[in-house]
Amino acid sequence: MQPITLKKKKEYIESLETSSRRHSQWRDILGRLWRNKLGMVGFFIVAVILLLIILADLVAPIPYDKQNFAERFLYPNSVHLLGTDNFGRDMWSRLLFGGRISLFVAIISVCISLFVGAILGSTAGYFGGKLDTIITRILDIVMAIPGLLLAIAISAMLGSGPVNTALAISISGMPGAARLIRSTVMAIKGNEFVEAARATGSRHGRVIFKHVLPNAIAPLIVYSTMSIGGSILAISGLSFIGLGVQPPIPEWGSILMAGRPFVRDFWPMIVFPGIFIGLTLLGFNLFGDALRDALDPKLKN
Amino acid sequence: MIPVILGVVVIVFTISYFTPGDPAAAILGPNAEKASYEALRAKLGLDRPFLVQLGTYIWNIVSRFDLGKAYITGTPISEELIYRLPTTIKLGVLSIFVTVALGTPLGILSATKQYSIADYSVTTIALIVNAIPSFVLALFALMLFSVKLRWLPIAGVATWDAWILPIACNSLGYVALSARMTRTSMLEVIRQDYIRTARAKGLKQNVVIRRHALPNALIPIVTVVGTQLSFVLAGAIIVETIFSIPGMGMYILSGISGRDYPVINGTVLVLSVCVCVMNLLVDIAYAFIDPRIKALYMSPRKAKAHKSPKTAEVA
Repeated sequence: MQPITLKKKKEYIESLETSSRRHSQWRDILGRLWRNKLGMVGFFIVAVILLLIILADLVAPIPYDKQNFAERFLYPNSVHLLGTDNFGRDMWSRLLFGGRISLFVAIISVCISLFVGAILGSTAGYFGGKLDTIITRILDIVMAIPGLLLAIAISAMLGSGPVNTALAISISGMPGAARLIRSTVMAIKGNEFVEAARATGSRHGRVIFKHVLPNAIAPLIVYSTMSIGGSILAISGLSFIGLGVQPPIPEWGSILMAGRPFVRDFWPMIVFPGIFIGLTLLGFNLFGDALRDALDPKLKN
Repeated sequence: MIPVILGVVVIVFTISYFTPGDPAAAILGPNAEKASYEALRAKLGLDRPFLVQLGTYIWNIVSRFDLGKAYITGTPISEELIYRLPTTIKLGVLSIFVTVALGTPLGILSATKQYSIADYSVTTIALIVNAIPSFVLALFALMLFSVKLRWLPIAGVATWDAWILPIACNSLGYVALSARMTRTSMLEVIRQDYIRTARAKGLKQNVVIRRHALPNALIPIVTVVGTQLSFVLAGAIIVETIFSIPGMGMYILSGISGRDYPVINGTVLVLSVCVCVMNLLVDIAYAFIDPRIKALYMSPRKAKAHKSPKTAEVA
């Protein structure tokens, strides 16, 4: 009976070890994240803005599209926290509901570009050879067009509106995602566990989705956090020049554009949307940096 | 380079091909007769297949730089663009110059004096400035310097001081980015052994940084600055629209507001080609900065010729 108990004991210890190791890896990451003060500031900013946007119905009781010509161009006061715009609409409500559009479009566009980028990038990186050459060549060409210009051309083609804007931005962001995923997949492909999976008879698709991509999750998380900020910037930039999301739909860029004619006389219509855009970008940048440092300490430079 | 530009042309044409709104309908207006509409479509070649139209488009660009005519004004787009290009290039190039001339020294400063007050203020300001989009910055600057303080003109390019705000707003974010990049790159290099050796030889800090650290830190800096160039040039069009600078940005804006698609696509095309050329220049700059990269691209025969004197010496 002795050998069996010994074996069991060994197994038990091993299982303990692996579970504690897995546990401590995530705990390590969270710990590193927690210790990064700037990152926590970023997280706090993002969390507060997200909360405000999600709870917009509660924190901003005045409807964002309610016009009141008796109350145009009001400076911030107790009823209208951030004042009113040129139609007498409440700026606080408009900015919070506008944030919903901005963030919604940003998240959708990042998801699309990650999805398409994952397919293209993992195909190119995993199979290599001619397929890789063709895909990277095409990506190079698309990347040669500055993202903003490509987004301008595509969203002029598709027309305005949240979904079309998301598409335009995702297309211009897709080559970057595909490139990142390609290089990550190429690095992972050389590992023994991929070879082992192939040796046990897994098909290529299964190897990619079950073994390769889950190991590429860290750079993907970092990439998506960073590019949500970039997408918000792109959306508000597009809306600002008259593409993207158009008034009367509130969006940070389009609110800013609406305030532009009043740059001489009425500052709240420019300052508040500007602050919202800047703070959100700052939050995502800081949090993204911290995530990168926490998830991959080797990457930290 | 040439295949990339050709690819860019194909992409832009494909986008314009699938753009809703028929040029013929746009030119004739809503009350046109069917017959004249069909005639114009045939004249413009819109009834021909995609590949033929693409071929004609490329041929027109290559042979006589013809990007078509604007729907609304009817003027040739290429003429308008040639007239406007210098302004945008000027804004873009000056912004890039400011980015490099300000960002690199700031990065070096904060790397050499790590954890000093200067370092903290540079990194903090860089973090914040980096998060403010150029159009927000431009509007804030307009309110402060042009409206409140009345120091600088609010729009146009009539005088030299009108250029200050556009260039500052277009480049500040990238100054911040390149300062951060320079800092990290320099910090990496400063920790190397050869820097310690240089210090041990008794070289002055100044010389160590300039002769030993900076040249080795330059490659990542040039990479980042190089990728930013396209953003700076593209960002110029947004800044132009705010300061009413008569460059390509204003032109693309008029195209957007009038749904004048050939104008949008033509501008995108020309700006993309400019970016391609600039990327090529950056690639060439690599070779000058880093002899290792030059050696990589040298033809084998030349490399042999390079090596042979040494081997002869040994022999």
